[in-house]
Amino acid sequence: MKHLLAATALLAASALLFFAASAAAQSARTDRAAIANGESVYLTLGCQACHGTVGHGGAARRLAPGTLPLDAFLAWVRNGTPGWSFAAGMPAFPATVVSDADLADIRSYLASLPPPPPIADIPLLAE
Amino acid sequence: MDESPKAGVDRRSFLTGAATGAAATLLAQQTSIAGAQSSATAEPSVQASATGRPASDFMVDIFKSLEMEYMFSMCASSFMGIHESVLNYAGNKSPQSITCTHEEISVAMANGYAKIEGKPVLVCAHATVGAQHAAMALYDAWADRVPIYLVLGNTNDAADRQGEVFWLHSAQDPCAMLRDFTKWDDNPKSLTHFAESAVRAYKIAMTPPMGPVAIVVDEKMQEEHAPADARIPSLNVPTPPAADSGAIAEVAKLLVAAENPVILASRAARTPAGLTLMVELAEALQAGVVDSRRRLNFPTRHPLNGGSAAQADVVLALEAGDIANVARQARQREAKVISITAQHLFQRSNYQDFQRYAEVDLSIAADAEASLPALIEEVRRLTTDARREAVRQRGVRIAEANRRALEQARVDAANGWDASPVSTARLSMELWAQLKNEDWSYVTGWVNWPLRLWDFTKHHQYIGRAGAEGVGYYAPASVGAALANKRHGRISVSIQPDGDLMVAPGALWTAAKYQVPILIVMQNNRAYHQEVMWFQRAALMRNRSLDLTQEGFGLGNPNIDFAKLAESMGVGSAGPISDPKELAAAIRRGIGVVKGGEPYLIDVVTQPR
Repeated sequence: MKHLLAATALLAASALLFFAASAAAQSARTDRAAIANGESVYLTLGCQACHGTVGHGGAARRLAPGTLPLDAFLAWVRNGTPGWSFAAGMPAFPATVVSDADLADIRSYLASLPPPPPIADIPLLAE
Repeated sequence: MDESPKAGVDRRSFLTGAATGAAATLLAQQTSIAGAQSSATAEPSVQASATGRPASDFMVDIFKSLEMEYMFSMCASSFMGIHESVLNYAGNKSPQSITCTHEEISVAMANGYAKIEGKPVLVCAHATVGAQHAAMALYDAWADRVPIYLVLGNTNDAADRQGEVFWLHSAQDPCAMLRDFTKWDDNPKSLTHFAESAVRAYKIAMTPPMGPVAIVVDEKMQEEHAPADARIPSLNVPTPPAADSGAIAEVAKLLVAAENPVILASRAARTPAGLTLMVELAEALQAGVVDSRRRLNFPTRHPLNGGSAAQADVVLALEAGDIANVARQARQREAKVISITAQHLFQRSNYQDFQRYAEVDLSIAADAEASLPALIEEVRRLTTDARREAVRQRGVRIAEANRRALEQARVDAANGWDASPVSTARLSMELWAQLKNEDWSYVTGWVNWPLRLWDFTKHHQYIGRAGAEGVGYYAPASVGAALANKRHGRISVSIQPDGDLMVAPGALWTAAKYQVPILIVMQNNRAYHQEVMWFQRAALMRNRSLDLTQEGFGLGNPNIDFAKLAESMGVGSAGPISDPKELAAAIRRGIGVVKGGEPYLIDVVTQPR
């Protein structure tokens, strides 16, 4: 009985380990997929026209590093710059153009990007 | 500015004692040209015909008298007499014929040249199809207050038109389509009339506010015989209009009493002397200078470079363009706005380059640069010792704010530093690393990073943007500016937008043919990104898709190989480069070629902005 319990416990532990590992692998895959999809959607929407391909800015605010938390990111994209118009400002992106899921993936992409090197490590900027 | 010493000694001696500042510069230039006029007749390299000297030889003598260094043109039958005289009578010197592959290139090259040299070159074109090609570049120059000297060939007399094409290439009033954005034009009826109008046109083009002029030259008149006593009228460019002493006193009083005066400048420094005067005024006041840089009005790393008109109690706007919002906000906080601009002295109605009406407190119709010497003197006179300490402390505060701004610019430039495609900040700083110890001139103005991070100290180091923001300006204007820089031994560098180059790629061929030393670094972002942003807003306002953005605004698929394009026209090249680590070597190679007197193009695939 004792052996049986031990074997059952071992089996259960193995199963847990297996499922945990599997879940981690699944999560990692999901993250990678999310990041890849996020990058693809980011470029398709043309976000880089203002924010650069790695969210570094350009004609508009920097998006990475320091990417907004998801809720704030969604609210910002959905509403755009207050008072935006045909002539100026970041436009509001409605759900018909980009889904919440894709926006979450864009945020994952931006959050995955490495920070720029410190100024001190860039001789061309250190003069 | 051309500073070649051609003036008579006595006249120069007089100037040394009698004139200062911008007026002295201008008088020296007048004297220089008057000296050239007295010996304008070229030694003919071929015999004139037995029946007399062609009128076009005399026309070329006039152009020589005006010190036209070059003739930019796409060749055409309607000004063939002049072209033949330039080549065979003048021996292709002063002016030297420079072949352009489009009239828009001719005029834009003349624009870039004028912004470096401070004077026009001769541009020739068909009065009809050539002028139509030239029109946008002419509008750019008009909006940018740049002197362009355009000669248009036309067959005025219907009886002289030899067939269908002559009729197609003739107009009753060829300058009609250009009149809204030229200062003056004429269609002379005789050679004497032509001579007067040719000199008058130069005079008008060079009088602030400067601008394009056009003269029609009848095809048949070029083939007439010049009378032996044909005479070139003397040229005297007017002294630029300066603010009167009463106005100067009022402006100085307001500025000296102000707690936080700010100077706005857009085209205030027409010449190198203007840049020096701007520094003198800012230092006398210890006031910040906000330079919107249609020219280089102020050194970029001067401690007083910067500030905010929104916080000023007195704003001095010098040839400052659109200041309607500045004036509106100033009125709300009871601040004063003073405007000095020559724009009030000459405006047209149709094209709206005069901007929104600005409700300023003191509006002075005068040339800003010409007004600066008196203003500086009056500011110095009114600044008491008691006031001086407060003024000094203001300067310290501005300098500290500017130090922080430069620091922030460096932090901002680090974002995306290693990105591929290459960031425009990285591109700019890779260039700066290899230019900073050379005599350089940044002959395009679209990418802003150099203006934030490079150390601009000389007037020729920056020539502003396209005056009317017309696409197709940068490539030819930068080649024209580089041609002007050539004899000064400067390295001209442009950061060339891809869409702009595709309008007028023939400028590359002209650069190769005439060995124009210029390093052209492509900002190849493979789309019309400015318009992408407009499209996004338009589509999203309508709740519509962005999926077809690249179909409407992309320049990829197929990607344009600018290195091959350059090679095809005789310009050495490298690229396409997407990895920023490859830039330094390519730039080193390019600068080496340019130092050898040739153009070089580096195709860099860049971030959108």
